[in-house]
Amino acid sequence: MSGEDRRPKGEEPRNGERGAKRPASVEPAYDSDVEAAIRENYPALIAYVTAGDPSLADTKAYVEALDRGGADLIELGLPFSEPIAEGPTIQAAINRALEAGTTPQGFFELVDDLETEAPLLVMTYYNMILQYGPEADVRPFVERAAEAGLSGIIVPDLPAEEADPLRDACDEHGLDLVFIVAPTTEGDRLDRIMSQVSGFAYVQARLGTTGARANVSTATHDSLARLSAYDVPKAVGFGVSEGDHAAEIIEAGADGVIVGSALVDIIAEHGADGDAAAALEAKAAELKRGARRGATGEDAPEPEQP
Amino acid sequence: MSTSERNRERDSERTFGDYGGQYVPEALMPALQELEDAYERYVIENEDGFMDEFRDRMRDFGGRPTPLQRADRLSERYDREIYLKREDLVHGGAHKLNNALGQVLLAKYMGKERIIAETGAGQHGTATAMAAAHLDMPCEIYMGRTDINRQRPNVYRMRMNGAEVNPVTAGSGTLKEAINETMRDWATTVERTHYVIGSVVGPHPFPKLVRDFQSVIGREARAQIQDRAGRLPDSVVACAGGGSNTMGAFHEFVPDCANPRFADDSSSAERSSADSQAAQPRDDGDEPREHVDLVAVEAGGSSLEIDEAAGLAPNSATLSTGTDGVLHGAMTKLLQQGDGQIVESHSVSAGLDYAGVGPELAHLVETGRVTPVTVDDEAALNGFHRLSNLEGIIPALESSHALGYLEESHDELGDVVVVNVSGRGDKDLETVLEETEKRDLEAAPDVEVFDG
Repeated sequence: MSGEDRRPKGEEPRNGERGAKRPASVEPAYDSDVEAAIRENYPALIAYVTAGDPSLADTKAYVEALDRGGADLIELGLPFSEPIAEGPTIQAAINRALEAGTTPQGFFELVDDLETEAPLLVMTYYNMILQYGPEADVRPFVERAAEAGLSGIIVPDLPAEEADPLRDACDEHGLDLVFIVAPTTEGDRLDRIMSQVSGFAYVQARLGTTGARANVSTATHDSLARLSAYDVPKAVGFGVSEGDHAAEIIEAGADGVIVGSALVDIIAEHGADGDAAAALEAKAAELKRGARRGATGEDAPEPEQP
Repeated sequence: MSTSERNRERDSERTFGDYGGQYVPEALMPALQELEDAYERYVIENEDGFMDEFRDRMRDFGGRPTPLQRADRLSERYDREIYLKREDLVHGGAHKLNNALGQVLLAKYMGKERIIAETGAGQHGTATAMAAAHLDMPCEIYMGRTDINRQRPNVYRMRMNGAEVNPVTAGSGTLKEAINETMRDWATTVERTHYVIGSVVGPHPFPKLVRDFQSVIGREARAQIQDRAGRLPDSVVACAGGGSNTMGAFHEFVPDCANPRFADDSSSAERSSADSQAAQPRDDGDEPREHVDLVAVEAGGSSLEIDEAAGLAPNSATLSTGTDGVLHGAMTKLLQQGDGQIVESHSVSAGLDYAGVGPELAHLVETGRVTPVTVDDEAALNGFHRLSNLEGIIPALESSHALGYLEESHDELGDVVVVNVSGRGDKDLETVLEETEKRDLEAAPDVEVFDG
């Protein structure tokens, strides 16, 4: 049964209701830093790290290293105790961050402190957004995110059907709300999501959870083909870990690649030994070179050895 | 509008008042729509005779209907009529089969090839493994490491029925972590796999689907008590963890209320309290409705406080002490810290040990139709021993909470009381022996006399 059948006849859909469309002529009343960062830096690199892994001070150094290394957008994970969309790598990072005492307050103070070229997004689960204020309400979180200078929000457990309250608050405060498009997202659902998305569409490369993989899934190519008709930047994540993956994904029509677990692996390997930042910077540079290779078909020149 | 039309309209909604919804990763949304479609067609409309086959199998394989037994010695002890709904006599030893068989059969009708499920106490895992064996479906069960250690007989039963049991070591290794891991499996294999969720929790349509399969408990009990006592009970008492035996026992009684505030349906219960002054029996063309109190007994554990620093709740009293939030696909009441992290719950009963609760139950509590109460570990253990000793029925530790409440508060429950014995306690014997030895329980036998 489709959702459209349920509305009483003669009643107009509210924005974001099942079957509702954001009219194409009505653009958000703000300039999207996120969309600009992807379009202007094509092919874009979006880097993810979990805030507070292993400490908020380390995260500051890692984010700045990724920014230097060529990340065009940086996604910061605000840890939630039940990360159902994450694989073992990011789940472990979230556990480390929680054990280190990471709180939403600490997270926002970190963002207050950060000065990066790349706009910053927060990735977290819906309950964390709801609980930021005294009542179960999304607004205090969005207000604080805007105040801290975040440019957008990604919520892995918030499908378009449930997103009205957050969509409204984000519109009001000039934040992008990025939706995930899965390999199972097709037809009406795809239309519905693409009419709500802002910043970019997060294309999930394969079914399952996050985690570095050895190859690029054929589902990625199918998803990008389905999305080619929509004029929204598309970035592919879930399983991207190497420059060659980035090249293949960009060549298949993506505007950007999203890399998380491969970066978190570097942080986990180095622990707090102080070398993680340099390794992250080098990895970002490798991924960005790979992406460029995918866009131009040519090898970018190797960077000078530090 | 007829009752069935009203039910149809209500069932087309994704929420119960402010609770419910579908808060899941995008990859799962098409599967939820597919399930919603199957629920409408097969469960509501009985397409292809689905519900007929389900009822036949519940009769022949599952052992339904279960008796409503008058508990003579409890009735004498409390000086009122106490009836026990004997879900412990369902095949597998608990009400869980009602839902597991329904969902595995539904998965088969939907053309799914593989069954996955989570389990806490192991009763749902056992029921799912039995149903999958009965219907010839491959089955994998996720179970927390702590629960595997405290519910070993059920682990063996699942494996004997051909299911794989996957241990989950994250967090405290209980039901919450098992659900997370099952959701991850489902997000990877969603196209061919059905996730048999074990309680009235999770994203729409699971809370309604599970409730409908479980509502046979209350439907039978309602007819049986009218037959035996010639009237409806004053109260129905059931334990509440996730809430599947609770909703199963309560659902048919939700409209039974002399209070017009609740007369129409559960979702129209927001009217002014002035309405509730003019209590009138509802005339629905059937019989005048009598008032039935619905009492959900939660695990009070060792304390009702949350230890914020440790992220622990020494209880599982979500309806009584929880706050609104989103966990495992639904907006509901949760045991959580102020900043939104979910706390580890505790109960002596693995089956109640969960930080969330079904969204419909949260709504019924919020609108005043269901009263949540708590019973601590010790009172539950006494309830366990008392029923074993007085009536020759060894109840599950989950159900023992309802029996503990009966002991403490029978004066408030009226003249005719139905207690749902949601399962049998064989699985809990190791825990009960261990926990009994730590305490001086008035209802427990002296086990030491057997040691020498």
